[in-house]
Order: sequence, then C-alpha cells, then structure tokens
Amino acid sequence: MRVLGIETSCDETGVAVYCTKRGLLAHALFSQVAMHAAYGGVVPELASRDHVRKLLPLIRQVLDEAGMRPADLDGIAYTRGPGLVGALLVGGSVASGLGYALGLPVIGVHHMEAHLLAPMLEEAQPEFPFVALLVSGGHTMLVQVAGIGRYRLLGQSLDDAAGEAFDKTAKLLQLPYPGGPALEKLAAEGNPGRYRFPRPMTDRPGLDFSFSGLKTFTRNMVQAERGDSRTRADIARAFQDAVVDTLAIKCRRALEQTGVGGLVVSGGVGANRALRARLQEVAAEQGARVYYPRLELCTDNGAMVALAGALRLQAGERQEGNGFDAVARWPLDSLRPPGEPTPSRRVS
Amino acid sequence: MCLQLSLPDAAATEGLGARLARCAPAQLVVFLYGDLGAGKTTLVRGLLRQLGHRAPVPSPTYTLLEPYDLGDRTVLHLDLYRLADPEELDYLGLRDYLVRPLIMLVEWPERGAGMLPASDLELWLEYANGQRLARLVGRSEAGERLVQRLGNR
Repeated sequence: MRVLGIETSCDETGVAVYCTKRGLLAHALFSQVAMHAAYGGVVPELASRDHVRKLLPLIRQVLDEAGMRPADLDGIAYTRGPGLVGALLVGGSVASGLGYALGLPVIGVHHMEAHLLAPMLEEAQPEFPFVALLVSGGHTMLVQVAGIGRYRLLGQSLDDAAGEAFDKTAKLLQLPYPGGPALEKLAAEGNPGRYRFPRPMTDRPGLDFSFSGLKTFTRNMVQAERGDSRTRADIARAFQDAVVDTLAIKCRRALEQTGVGGLVVSGGVGANRALRARLQEVAAEQGARVYYPRLELCTDNGAMVALAGALRLQAGERQEGNGFDAVARWPLDSLRPPGEPTPSRRVS
Repeated sequence: MCLQLSLPDAAATEGLGARLARCAPAQLVVFLYGDLGAGKTTLVRGLLRQLGHRAPVPSPTYTLLEPYDLGDRTVLHLDLYRLADPEELDYLGLRDYLVRPLIMLVEWPERGAGMLPASDLELWLEYANGQRLARLVGRSEAGERLVQRLGNR
C-alpha cells in the first residue's frame, strides 16, 4: 500500500510517500524558518498561507521522486491535530480534495502518534512495548506505548516545552532564530563547570516536567554576569546540561517504572547531540535500547504522517464521506488501535 | 490609579493571579506586560488554579491561544509574541472565542493592536532595584474598581 502523507500542523510543510512493503519512497520538506526569522519567530497565518502555496508543488515533487503518478497511490493521510487550526485545515482540505478526485481513502492522523511511530521508518525498528520521549518546541511528554493506538501518558510538561525553553533561552542569550540549534552550538564551546542550573522537578517522584523556571534563572544570570561571549557560552552550556539531565533522569525513571526494553526519542529536540549521547548512556544502564528516527525525521515531516496513516488505512480505518476536520487539542491517550472507532470531535 | 506590589518569588506571582481571580468581575480583559521569564504565564496559572483548573497550564507561545472552559467561567489566554500582523487574529478565529462573560489575558498585546477588545486592566511585571514588582493600572471603571479591591487587601 502506497500512501501520501501531508503534514501542516505548524511551521513545516511536509510531504512524503510511504509504501508498506518498500518503506519510505520519497519525502520533502519546505521549512519556513528562513521566512520566519525575518519576523523573529513562527507566524501562524503566514505559515498557513505558505502551506497553501507550497503544498501542491511539493506533492508533485515527491510523486516525481518516487516515480509515481497520483493514480498509483492507494491512500492519503494528513495531520488532523493537534496544532494550529488554520494550518491544519490546509492539509486536511488538500488531502480530502485529492482523495475525492482520485477515489482514494483518506485518513486524519494524530501528530504525536506520527512522531512516536517515526522510528519505524528506519531499519532498526523498536518492538512494542516501548517508552517514547516526545520532545519538541510544542510538546514534552513521556508515553508508554503498548502497541499502535495503545498509549498511556506517563508524564508531560506542566508549562513550557523543552524546545520552547531552548528557543526562549536562546533569545535571552541574543542568539538568532531558530534558537535551539544555535544554543546547542554555543553550549559546545562552554565550560561545563562554571554555572549550575536547577534540574526542575527531579527532586520528587513522578514523570512530569517544568521548564518555565529555567528561563527566569537564565535571565537573572545574564543580568548578574557580564555578557561577554565566554560567559554566554558557559551559560548556554549550563542550561543545556540542565535540560538534558532532567530529560535523562525522567527517561531512566520511565524505563525503571515500566520495565520495557526500548526508548523511542522523537521531536525536534531529539536532534540535540548532547541529549542523544546522554540517553544512550541511560538506556545502556537500564539494559534498554534507544531508537531515533534519522535527524531530518525528528522534526515535523510528511514521512511520519504517511507511515501512521498507512498503518491505520491498512486496518480498514478511513475518514467517512468527504468532510474533514482539524482538532487543535487532541489527547494522545484518547486514540484507539487501528480499525477501532475513536470518539470523533468535529471542530470546524 | 496605579497599584504597586512586590513579588519576592514565583509563589507570590502565582498568589497575585489567585487574588486577581477572587476579585475579578465576570467580564475582564487584562493586558500583561513583561520580558521573557518575568512570570506572565505563572500569574495566569495562579488565576486558573483559583478558578478550579487542575490540568497543566501550557504557555501559549506555540499555540498562540489557549481557551479554558471552567464551568461558569471562561478564560482565554493569549500569547501574541509570534504574531507578525494583528490581522492574523482574524485568521486564528479570535472572534469565535470572544464569548461573554470572559476573562481574557493577553501577553504581548501590542502585537495585536487594533484587533483586541479594550483592556480593563494593564499589568506590568518588572524588575526595579533588584526587586520584582507588579504594577497594575485600571483602564476602565471595572478595572479601576478591581485595582482598588486588590489594594485594600
């Protein structure tokens, strides 16, 4: 089964074709970061207008790379939520329109389910059950995964997401947008011993996160210290060490608590090399194995949507009629295994 | 009238949010000002907790807009930091969220100028002489009364 995947939940316009027999056939991403940088951040409606402008050319490009015509497709998947409604509606309308025109089944996919299944696009695939750390600009959560559509939320951020903390701390350190990768680069030059940031919520049991206080901590530190480049690098290093340490401590707890042998790490912060190295150590200590999607599939992309959609379409699940919807808030643990009906919420 | 309050720590910021919830009229628009890390979302969390909200209070930086339906109260928390043009509020469907009565809290309101309802209260979170301060200014009759009530406690 060959499925076209469309991702438009926030900044990225992502399109891919995934084949259930041959794997990922083609994928392309149109990142809006360059455009957003001019405005100092992501601009949702500009982003969504740009999804409109980029989506059809991107679909043509991906089909071309896969050596396929639209009629060769067996299904279409799009990100139905959670995300920015205006942006989601673009993907939903294009997917549903194409499905209608081509007479193909269409399915709306949960963005976070797509992220946690993304390592299944790689050769080394995790086996169920596993624990997934989903860590990006919009989300930080730990999920116990018993199978597709069988998710239990173990913990989540009570305020800022880890990626958001990276972006905002980067801004406090006067780094250009996007802040995360710039901060990682600066941290690599920093001295690990000079400052120490708190590890929020690690002194008590539980798997929830809180990163909002680190921002205030950085701010106070930047104000208290002279802002020379060495100091900024040392602060960046101390901040990154604190976030990495905090995520690692919670992952270790989640592995201990569940006793599973696999840890999946996905989402934009999963591209952070310091985090990858640290989680490798933690997993090794627990006798577990870490699975990542390749770097370009850590951030939002169409490939993970095509995969998640294909797994559900294969089980006979599909969107009914020609109507589609976008869901801004959609709890991951409300999902059901493929083929089992989910309570539907029509938002728009 | 301008009220100044000292906020020694995050708990005090959250406490001010709770007091705001206890004193607030049914309909209220608050503009929140303060740099990154000043405690704007912390204050909103205090307000929501006081009104009975128990789930996490994510910062709306990525979603821009977080609505809370709390039985008899509706709260709308906006963070317009990433807005490039106030007109985008129309595309985000802001008007659909403007039910009455509503407690609306807006971070970075200057980015939505012209598209937002008038504020009743302006609240600044800032540093002065190493001290964290909240400065509250009433911008309507209801806002003035609220500032007075907060000052009398």
